[in-house]
Amino acid sequence: MTKIDKPAAFSRRSVLKAGGALVVSVGAGLGLEALLDHQAALAQGIKPPLMPDQLSSFIAVQADGHVMAYFGKMDMGHGLTVAVGQIVAEELDVPFHTVKVDLADTATSVNQGGASGSTGIQEGGKQMRVAAAEARRVLVEMAATKLNLPADQLIVTDGVVHARDDAAKKASYAELIGGRYFNVQLDWNKKYGNPLYAPGKAKPKDPKDHKIVGQRIKREDVAPKVFASENFVTDVKVPGMLHARMIRPEVAGAVPVKVDEASIKDIPGARVVWQEGFLGVVAPREWDAIQAMSKLKVEWSQAAPPFPSQAALYDHIRNATVRKRGVEKQNGDVDAAFKTAAKVIEAEYEWPFQSHASMGPACALVEIKDGKVTCWSGTQKSHFVQQGLASILEVPADKVHVIWTTGPGSYGRNDADDAAMDAAVLAKAVGAPVRLQYMRNQGTGWDPKGPASIHRARAAIDASGQVIAYDFVSKGFSRVDVDTNGSKPFDTLAGQTRGITLRSGDGFGVPAESYQFANKRLAWETIPPLLDRASPLRSSHLRDPVGPQIHFASESFIDEVAAALNLDPIEFRLRHINDARDIALIKAAAQKANWQTRPSPRRDQTGSKVNGRGIAYAQRNGTRVAVIAEIEVDRSSGKIWARKFTVAHDCGQIINPDGLEKCIEPNIVQGVSRTLWEEVKFDSKTVTSVDWVTYPILDITETPEAIDIVLLNHPEIAPSGAGEPSTRPVAAAIANAIFDATGVRIRRVPFSPENVKASFA
Amino acid sequence: MAAQTFKLNVNGHDHTVDADPDMPLLYALRDDIGLNNPHFGCGLAQCGACTVHLDGQPIRSCITPLSGVGESKIVTLAGLGTPETPHPLQTAYVEEQVPQCGYCINGWIMTAAAFLRDKKKPTDAEIRQALEGLKCRCGTHMGILRAVKRAAAMMAG
Repeated sequence: MTKIDKPAAFSRRSVLKAGGALVVSVGAGLGLEALLDHQAALAQGIKPPLMPDQLSSFIAVQADGHVMAYFGKMDMGHGLTVAVGQIVAEELDVPFHTVKVDLADTATSVNQGGASGSTGIQEGGKQMRVAAAEARRVLVEMAATKLNLPADQLIVTDGVVHARDDAAKKASYAELIGGRYFNVQLDWNKKYGNPLYAPGKAKPKDPKDHKIVGQRIKREDVAPKVFASENFVTDVKVPGMLHARMIRPEVAGAVPVKVDEASIKDIPGARVVWQEGFLGVVAPREWDAIQAMSKLKVEWSQAAPPFPSQAALYDHIRNATVRKRGVEKQNGDVDAAFKTAAKVIEAEYEWPFQSHASMGPACALVEIKDGKVTCWSGTQKSHFVQQGLASILEVPADKVHVIWTTGPGSYGRNDADDAAMDAAVLAKAVGAPVRLQYMRNQGTGWDPKGPASIHRARAAIDASGQVIAYDFVSKGFSRVDVDTNGSKPFDTLAGQTRGITLRSGDGFGVPAESYQFANKRLAWETIPPLLDRASPLRSSHLRDPVGPQIHFASESFIDEVAAALNLDPIEFRLRHINDARDIALIKAAAQKANWQTRPSPRRDQTGSKVNGRGIAYAQRNGTRVAVIAEIEVDRSSGKIWARKFTVAHDCGQIINPDGLEKCIEPNIVQGVSRTLWEEVKFDSKTVTSVDWVTYPILDITETPEAIDIVLLNHPEIAPSGAGEPSTRPVAAAIANAIFDATGVRIRRVPFSPENVKASFA
Repeated sequence: MAAQTFKLNVNGHDHTVDADPDMPLLYALRDDIGLNNPHFGCGLAQCGACTVHLDGQPIRSCITPLSGVGESKIVTLAGLGTPETPHPLQTAYVEEQVPQCGYCINGWIMTAAAFLRDKKKPTDAEIRQALEGLKCRCGTHMGILRAVKRAAAMMAG
């Protein structure tokens, strides 16, 4: 989007001043005081307090007619900025290039949840759509007054309101309100985060009238990255800044008992920050901070090694006490039906801990000055980090300004929030701005992990070969052992190492599909964490939280049942699915991939290298994805090449097909990586996956030769998410293709050559 | 080790840096010279995010000590091309909309630039081989391959 200079009324200073007036915390109601602030701000021409029930919190028109869209979510490179710009431009009837979307800055946007659950368009875009529609309605009303014409005789073309039958009778948005703010109340649902919704009186356009929504518009943040002019969070510098590094124990759970500061006395300006289990070093020069981290002599407490051996992980999960059980779907009487079964098919699947392993370890810069805190962070959830910093620094939230800045990779609750909190503790301790970047071994070794799990599936078959009951239960570590954001110190390493007790949450999930079985139960069970504080195996959200593991199991199992009944995998699925969009989706994928109807496995191949095909499908919060994998297996080496994918994708209305395809394609590749290679290794003391050798991911030499994408567009259906859904069926599609090729069912991820070869033995 | 003075020629400009001879070139580029674009990814030469050209050859600046740079000329991604005079790979990257987070870009573009300079009309297999070992965590591998092929076609005339 066009970068534009802000006119006087929108100066950075005034925006920051407005940010400083932000007094609302999550859950707080709207008080009279805030409304008075709003009036005062309008009178001064500065950005009013950020209240979700105020139109100006989302949309403003600058003096030159450019439109600002203040958006409380960030863009991790999925093109969300473009999509939201298209939605706003569409509803306002302004050219796309005149809209600037301001992302996830706590001084300019309200808490719309940050990047979370693929809700960027589904929830965030929905709010921006109604806000822009309301802005248009208000502007037309203003023009009606100004032109002395009825509003229903006015139309808008490129930001100019004019009489339907006389284009000379006109008033531009800039003339009507440019440089000033709306004082328009929205009907806020009193929720913050993803569900925040505050429509006005206007009704958004009928999708059939959309001209900008639906277009392939390219991102403008690509060129700055390619020409090396974009500042990542790692690149931000402020005067007087110190570089910092954290020091983690070699045995998880150990704390420093003796720190020899003299051991780094020769390093210029190096200082130690030691608070209970929290240990870091700072120095004016980055290389010196790294040297200090390496050379500091530390004596650690004798902590008992907290982890089982890697080989015992799944037995540990199997035998662990269930902390919480959730039955999310149940119909019929499953247990009774199994008692009448002529045949029972059952299987168990296993998925390891996985790391975000972001391209760069997390970085944050925190400056505390004149009672105000400024933090540059690559977090997915800047508004929650604002609360976390306020809490850990013991200052009011309105004194904390979090500036979201592109980070080195973003796939959920990675190490970014921990880095912000650690940097804040360091900055407060040393009385200077601190830039902290973790080291590689910390980025991979100490980020919150995607949880390890086992999944048990059973199907009851009657004498005629019909499935009469289906029972699926996952058991694993919680997806919210630490929460999905850093708003509470107890969910962060900075809090936990400084003695704040973890309050581990419970959450998992169940398969999302539309299989109709007379008796069906989908459930989950969570188990306690292996270590209750500052654990390198603490678990949280990793792209499509628990989706890949659940659907690896559920969609592999559906294939197992189809094979047991000697049915084609698609034919079997279609017999049991009754959702029209799901059926259309699977048929579209099958047609595109030229799927030949036959049961698996093939049984017609000899030699070392054999080929197979497999399908898997899943829903996710309204979106549906079907993935067909065509793979090659080298039976002598165990090496899998996931050669080709066909992806059918239905997320309702498509805002930007180009951006959508570029969400899907890397999701498939990352899904292949997680399926074939990724497993966090650990020993009894700590995590031993600490770099790209010990945590391998998919190499370019192993990349598929083709990913064909079929987009099913439903303009009449509100858009649902696309950031994550397509990653969830990948593992099962590959597993099903391996079975098709070899007749061998692999039920444990990753499908590394070693594991695959072992399964052939 | 005691600091020494190093003269570095980066993107055609001379710079003087006082630093530990063991300090990797990456930190001199980022912190002393103020070129942000080579990134710290691993510090272990395993990912490529820090890649720059040393006399035209891609090297991992995160493990290259200042004492090993000598008189060599250094070129970073910022020196490879500009929006006005882009390298074909930069043009292709924008056209193909390759990156998501974009933190890995230095490795792929700087490595591919040296490869395409020396190898005209490479095959798909040759491109993959040339880029082996570089990391992209977002999974933009398909886009990377498309962009390198597009740039190769541009460079072949």
